[in-house]
Amino acid sequence: MKVRIHVSLKPGVLDPQGRAVHHALEGLGFAGVADVRIGRLIELEVADDTTDAALAEMCEKLLANTVIENYAIEKVA
Amino acid sequence: MKTAVVTFPGSNCDRDMWVALRDVSGRDPVKVWHGDADLPEGLDFIALPGGFSYGDYLRSGAMAANSPIMRSVIAAAERGVPVLGVCNGFQVLTEARLLPGALMRNAGQTFICRTVPLVVENADSVFTSAYAAGETIRIPVAHHDGNYFADDATLDRLEGEGRVAFRYGEDVNGSQRRIAGVLNAAGNVLGMMPHPERAIEDAQGGSDGRRLFESVLGVLASG
Repeated sequence: MKVRIHVSLKPGVLDPQGRAVHHALEGLGFAGVADVRIGRLIELEVADDTTDAALAEMCEKLLANTVIENYAIEKVA
Repeated sequence: MKTAVVTFPGSNCDRDMWVALRDVSGRDPVKVWHGDADLPEGLDFIALPGGFSYGDYLRSGAMAANSPIMRSVIAAAERGVPVLGVCNGFQVLTEARLLPGALMRNAGQTFICRTVPLVVENADSVFTSAYAAGETIRIPVAHHDGNYFADDATLDRLEGEGRVAFRYGEDVNGSQRRIAGVLNAAGNVLGMMPHPERAIEDAQGGSDGRRLFESVLGVLASG
């Protein structure tokens, strides 16, 4: 089973990288970009019987830092 | 006084830390490797040095926080053994949840390597007793991910409990409330971004870091 873990900064946590990229997009002439937030995509290939609880535990213990990040688990196939 | 320095793959300040501990304690620190399961018996002090453990993969300190030796470090910290994490060591301590908050990319996006003013906020801890409260000292920083973040409730609690050990005397990296170093609730774990081990003798450009080691190693200078 393929699983995608989407890790994103929590609302309210400043994202200096996102701000710099936002600035660069504006510099390239792209108007109308209100905000840029940079996250991380982690693709896992796991055994089909891997439980949701186990996936959540992987995120909590290692893949995301829940002090500053949220995560979303997407089962692809 | 038996001290130890933990080396992770990618640590690069472990030797500086080792020399600082040896100079102040008068005894060779034990070198511990990240893959070791157990710490030596009877340690009085454990240091997690700066560097780029595991190449900063995933997040700074995240991989090291889960390395085999950290289970023993966490157990020792819970027994009350003083543990100091400097720079990447601070990041490891937050990732290991021994300290609250997280160290994010510097607000200005750049690696910062210079000597900065630090205000000693708490001079009652085991690590800071040789300083005066409110004293400003000068200690080098060298980091890319030193921007301390915690939610407001956590920050208020840290301030209220006197757990902010050091604060930058100026805005260095965007840290919330200019926090440079924090203590755990029991006061035996300190994480800080500045490098006291790089300021233990005047030949290094300053010796303001020496008193931190003198405090925690209990060998206060006679004057």
